[in-house]
Amino acid sequence: MRFAVVSFPGSNCDDDCVRVLTEVFGQTAFKVRHDEHDLRAPDAILLPGGFSFGDYLRCGAIARFSPIMAEVQAFAARGGPVVGICNGFQILTEAGLLPGALRRNAGLSFICEDAYIGVEGRETPLTRGVQGQVLRIPIAHNEGNYFADTETLTALEAEGRVIFRYVAPDGRRTAEANPNGAANDIAGICNAAGNVVGLMPHPERCAEALLGNTDGRRLFESLLAGEAQR
Amino acid sequence: MSTYSPEVIKRHGLTQEEYARIERTLGRTPTWPELGVFSVLWSEHCSYKSSRVHLRRLPTKGPHVVLGPGENAGVIDAGDGWVVVFKMESHNHPSYIEPKQGAATGVGGILRDVFTMGARPIALLDALRFGRPDHPKTAHLVKGVVHGIGSYGNCVGVPTVGGDVAFDPSYDGNILVNAMAVGVARADRIFLGRAEGVGNPVFYVGSKTGRDGIHGATMASEEFGAGSEEKRPNVQVGDPFIEKLLIEACLEVMSEDLLVGIQDMGAAGLTSSSAEMAARAGSGLILHLDRVPMRETGMTPYELLLSESQERMLMVCEHGKEARLIELVSRWGLDVCEVGTVTDSGRYVGTWHGETVVDIPVSALVDDAPKYERPLAPARRADNVHEPAIPVPEGEEYSAVLGDLLARPTIASKRWVYRQYDHMVRTGTVLGPGVGDAAVVRLPDTKKGVALSVGCNGRQCALDPRRGAAQAVAEAALNVACVGARPMAITDCLNFASPERSAVMWAFSEAIDGIAEACEALSTPVVSGNVSFYNETEGRGIHPTPMIGMVGLMDDASRAVPSAFPEAGLEVLLIGEGRPGLGGTEFLAMYDETPLGPPSGFDLGAQRRLIDALLEGHAGGLFRSAHDVAEGGLAVALAECGFGGAGLGLSADIPAEDRLDVALFGECAGRVVVSTANVAEVESICARHYLKVVRLGRCRGDRLTLRVAGQVRVDAGLSTLKARWSHGFEGAVE
Amino acid sequence: MKGRITVQLRPAILDAEGKAIARALGSLGFGEPAVRVGRVFEVDLGADFGGDAEAARARLTEMAQKLLANPVMETFTIDVSTGTGGAP
Repeated sequence: MRFAVVSFPGSNCDDDCVRVLTEVFGQTAFKVRHDEHDLRAPDAILLPGGFSFGDYLRCGAIARFSPIMAEVQAFAARGGPVVGICNGFQILTEAGLLPGALRRNAGLSFICEDAYIGVEGRETPLTRGVQGQVLRIPIAHNEGNYFADTETLTALEAEGRVIFRYVAPDGRRTAEANPNGAANDIAGICNAAGNVVGLMPHPERCAEALLGNTDGRRLFESLLAGEAQR
Repeated sequence: MSTYSPEVIKRHGLTQEEYARIERTLGRTPTWPELGVFSVLWSEHCSYKSSRVHLRRLPTKGPHVVLGPGENAGVIDAGDGWVVVFKMESHNHPSYIEPKQGAATGVGGILRDVFTMGARPIALLDALRFGRPDHPKTAHLVKGVVHGIGSYGNCVGVPTVGGDVAFDPSYDGNILVNAMAVGVARADRIFLGRAEGVGNPVFYVGSKTGRDGIHGATMASEEFGAGSEEKRPNVQVGDPFIEKLLIEACLEVMSEDLLVGIQDMGAAGLTSSSAEMAARAGSGLILHLDRVPMRETGMTPYELLLSESQERMLMVCEHGKEARLIELVSRWGLDVCEVGTVTDSGRYVGTWHGETVVDIPVSALVDDAPKYERPLAPARRADNVHEPAIPVPEGEEYSAVLGDLLARPTIASKRWVYRQYDHMVRTGTVLGPGVGDAAVVRLPDTKKGVALSVGCNGRQCALDPRRGAAQAVAEAALNVACVGARPMAITDCLNFASPERSAVMWAFSEAIDGIAEACEALSTPVVSGNVSFYNETEGRGIHPTPMIGMVGLMDDASRAVPSAFPEAGLEVLLIGEGRPGLGGTEFLAMYDETPLGPPSGFDLGAQRRLIDALLEGHAGGLFRSAHDVAEGGLAVALAECGFGGAGLGLSADIPAEDRLDVALFGECAGRVVVSTANVAEVESICARHYLKVVRLGRCRGDRLTLRVAGQVRVDAGLSTLKARWSHGFEGAVE
Repeated sequence: MKGRITVQLRPAILDAEGKAIARALGSLGFGEPAVRVGRVFEVDLGADFGGDAEAARARLTEMAQKLLANPVMETFTIDVSTGTGGAP
């Protein structure tokens, strides 16, 4: 499977994504620069974490105007799988590919630690067969506090488009399990068609035994299994 | 006759004698920009004028040392064609004045020292010292510094994997922010800060130059007085996004054969980077100052030479390859501009619209800068200090004392700090903060691991600087050995008060000897470092704090061992020869905040044997956890072993000492708590290394019960103790 | 021609930063005033619009809508000044 990992000047998880896809999963993955116009025919696109353009304005606000984003938009419109992780999720909301916005954490500080994520909702390229499981996946962000107006939230819930939620290790929803104040404990969502997915947690950081946690593998395996089915 | 008033000369941090020497060297009155150049290059911060005569005594060579002190960072061989590049540096004064920006630019500066050498940064660590937790400024300083480190490191995408935070009243008016950066490079792609090759062009790359930080280097060379908080305009502001671009641009440029030399513009900016590059190469340099990219209008040559604007590099390009350099750097949206040429004149020349405004022999600026053998006067020997009178708790009151100790911010969990740092980016962090005695990061494309530890016990150094400094090296080495890595080399950050006081200078000299002895004994040479003097306010100095950053290597990172008990039923052993004492302990500090002696016993030979035994045990996979006994003594160490991992308690008889509190909370270097499934094998290794082993029982349950001479002295639920330990730090700063 | 664009969270949205600042002010003896945090963008339009304040306002509005504010959670106000001196 061919993965294009979109690299903005301040992306800092682009190498990690390429590394996991190639070295851990044996796939083809390559970086595509923000100022390019050709995605080089990928089967799926990853928008990695980082600080795309320094993100001194809102995270992802400037990135969405990059030339490559027009190609990402077109790819998504054709139904191709697009996954935004952390800053990638922020960029997808700024670009209007996903609804809502990611605000500063309610506790006003950056948070880097493991979070427990309940996988639920409809089937997406990233969560096929993983629904119902609780995964331990690290988060690392200052702006991960998901916000959307009431109608949008209602629609997301009704359509099964909330696909990742912060939960306690046993899967229950508790106030303490929500690290950043996100509305409805939302950690990740998908678009109406289900092919564009955004999530704050970093599955690429927990896909190798050496790093002490392999829960993230299941999401990548879902991504790969989807291609095999096609 | 000088045309500058004594006042002007003093404001440039120069003595009258130094000024006279400048006039003699030039044979004339220096121009205004020349005066600025001398003032920064002859400052303590850049010239090491008080420390150089002592630094010579440090061991800097070893079979695995590729480059020792003198370049931007030290380099050691990691095998398989890889080298590890690292350095630690202080940013104390700027961080006190503006904690967020001061700490952030400290991180930025040390990163540049590492990627300047061609290394990809893979880890950051920070050793921080703050005043007493209830001092009115402490909470503000802690929050600002941690925020600054996080905001910078997180954005550039280099994980902050470890560090050390401690509190003591001696840092009330002078906090310490020591940042260490570690990078990796291919052994055949190391870049040096040398301006070589007559006619080669000199390029300026990175952010534009503004008026920030002018005379930062001289500020770092003055003690604080009342009103120094008014120095705020001097503090530079960092831009981690530009730093990220600079890392990528530099590494891309370095992947092709374009450069002859490269150096970052750190303290004293363009002046020190260019002069040092010329000095190392024995060449000369001409800089066209009017070509420097400027952020503000109306800037003068003096300001351009002295500005400490951040995120800037100086590159010497091979003649004929300029176009490719410009192309690569421009792709990252950074300024790149030819500002000068390498010459063989041996002179440092600056021009301004065609007119020469600076013309100084390079040697006068760097190699022939003033050097002082300042007077030394031994401070009162700590051995003479009497044992303090402290209340001796009765019966099980020791359980409460243990809780109080665990809640002290120096000992308490640092989660509040490291949760704000991205410690996982780059997917190389095998043991992150709070997991092992040292952090472990994988060496890219190999199975190997790089183990990292920083620290120094300032109170022990106050009691005896020589022994305290040696102990700092030994403890850092022990930390690295605990996770399973062989200690290889150190970087140091020598934080002291004013060198103009003979007692301080004596402590400095003693500390150098202590570091040298320990580094010799443990075969861990000093490959880089920095000296920070004048850490004093209104005559009150900090404890001598020679911070040590240790780098270790292990063949298989997947075998890294944590601090805490991982599984119920393992046998817990106390290994080591150290005899604990009360001098300078955290326990004693609860009752009296001035460090009281005598310092604990310390035997370098036993340290070496302990490290060797640990490594032998690790090679056989015998240890499931290993944790050194440090601040708070054995009781604290055993409690900590139950806070992480599987959350297991212990019921143990611990060795009796002269006093009960010494047995529980006494400190000394050279003791380790391990857990193992193979006691006999561990005992036989220890016997071969002449090390004492005490069986403490099996880890299990959820209580910590400690008996001394058959009597229960500590008995507490782990969850109760853990609650104190978990909230101690946050409670102090929030 | 100069403009000042002020971007703030929509009134209905919790402003955690504003709350924290209000608490800090309270602890310093300022009572506990309601504080909302925003960002100010000072934009120097040079001589682009002659003296046409309405045209300048339209351009600034476009900037705010396209980049400076996120309509999902933010609102903005615009001030235009024709003076050549400092900020409006």
